[in-house]
Amino acid sequence: MVNAVGKAEVERPSLAHRISTTLYSKPKLRLRLLLSAPVTWLGLVYIAALLALLVTAFFTVDSFTGEIKPGFSLQNFTDLFTNSLYSTVTLRTIGIALGVTIVDVLIALPIAFYMAKIASPRTRGILLISILMPLWASYLVKAYAWRSVLSNVGIAAWLLRPIGLDTPGYSLLGAGITLGYLWLPYVILPIYASLEKVPSNLLEASSDLGAKTFTTLRKVVFPLILPGIVAGSIFSFSLTLGDYITINIVGGASQMLGNLVYGNVGVANNLPMAAAIALVPVVIMFGYLTAVRKTGALDNL
Amino acid sequence: MRISKPAKWILATITALILTVIYLPLAVVFINSFNTSINMDWPPPSFTFMWWERAAQSTGLIDALITSLIVAAAATVIALVLGTLLAMALSRYKFFGRNAVSLMIILPIALPGIVTGIALNNAFRTLLGFQLSMATLIIAHATFCIVTVYNNALARLNRMGKSMEEASADLGAGVFTTFRLVTLPQMLSALVAGGLLAFGLSFDEIIVTTFTAGGGTETLPIWILNNMFRPGKAPIVDVVAVFMVIVSIIPIYFAQRLTANESKN
Repeated sequence: MVNAVGKAEVERPSLAHRISTTLYSKPKLRLRLLLSAPVTWLGLVYIAALLALLVTAFFTVDSFTGEIKPGFSLQNFTDLFTNSLYSTVTLRTIGIALGVTIVDVLIALPIAFYMAKIASPRTRGILLISILMPLWASYLVKAYAWRSVLSNVGIAAWLLRPIGLDTPGYSLLGAGITLGYLWLPYVILPIYASLEKVPSNLLEASSDLGAKTFTTLRKVVFPLILPGIVAGSIFSFSLTLGDYITINIVGGASQMLGNLVYGNVGVANNLPMAAAIALVPVVIMFGYLTAVRKTGALDNL
Repeated sequence: MRISKPAKWILATITALILTVIYLPLAVVFINSFNTSINMDWPPPSFTFMWWERAAQSTGLIDALITSLIVAAAATVIALVLGTLLAMALSRYKFFGRNAVSLMIILPIALPGIVTGIALNNAFRTLLGFQLSMATLIIAHATFCIVTVYNNALARLNRMGKSMEEASADLGAGVFTTFRLVTLPQMLSALVAGGLLAFGLSFDEIIVTTFTAGGGTETLPIWILNNMFRPGKAPIVDVVAVFMVIVSIIPIYFAQRLTANESKN
């Protein structure tokens, strides 16, 4: 020990050593250094971009030169509310998002219930992995897969025509089916997680007290898993609102909000209008989140 | 609550049915990649390896694969550095604005992809005057990949606790030595898992990509999107789709195994 100290006095401490000592004695400086790079990145790249998007929504575009004119104008928002194209597409998008969410929840309930309350632990593990696996496959690939399934010469037509039905083809229904398929695992998992937490003896107590199965489901199980259902619905609702790839791939000519945003960024070159439209799903989502906050679903995400 | 035998059977049947529907489209794409029919007629008239051979020889496709790999690797490296720094700051310090920082980390993935995409597109082009390029794509991907590294690293740091690091400091190790010899080795598997997830996330991404990649930058997902609607291209798109599922499942599989082993220990 004495030697070590003596040696340190003879040799001048290296620069790295001095920095290390300074850092050790100054935790606040350490924190600042840790945070500086990532916070600069996220702040400059992302938060600034989001704020700029918000501001750009109030800009306009010169119809002759196509150049963006900074300033404060509500023109884009007036267009958004008065132009029937925008309101139709907004309503259609909300309608699809609601439909997809309701169908996904209805499909997820029985499968989540089977996994959590009926299947043996071994089967449960296998089912969980089977449901998680497709989540890892690319979203684009899955949408494309439905393009093959729904095609006029595809497997859906082959299966359904003999029984007098036909493939929905590339249409709003086709897009709805594909979106429902894409988000289903996101809806199943939180519902399963909340069902798993419902103690089985609570269900027994309910039936001991004379409740029929359906009454138990409605009065005991449902209130307990409601946050899980809402958490799942947030995923499917929000993901559908922002989608524009799936509708391009399997939706035929129909448009959703995302298409309008993309069209205004690319072909129409009207970034301010695109920004204004992009705010619509954000506002709807904030409204939805505020509405469901009371259920405690946000802690379940 | 008693669940009758028939009810159990009905639920089991529904579950089996849903699982079939979940895997059916992926199976169709896999089978179609060997389908001799160029229009992907179902059922396939016959099977062939021709499309796989053609895909392997397509230079445009190989270029797209290389672009995807470069973008994913670069985004992962940036995300690893920034995600680790953030995790260390948020796990070891209490400070003003801590919640704001953690919100900032999840926001790029929590908001719809289209919002992130157009916000970055607008910032790059109008605010900063950049041309969209591979660099802007890497910046965009790194931004939403930070969260996967951060989540893994934070969970590990919280479980590790501070005692080892404090012991190391008490024994005279400097800040850097402690990080190199004590903190980093314990975090390593969590960082590998987070990095693999980030790689998979970037490799698959399409929405933010369409808004932030320059015209000359074609990743594999963009290649699929560009070729999906071209007549006669469907078989090769099937091959690429199968390939992409395999490439994205492998890193995520290893990431899951790394974290699964951890929860057993």
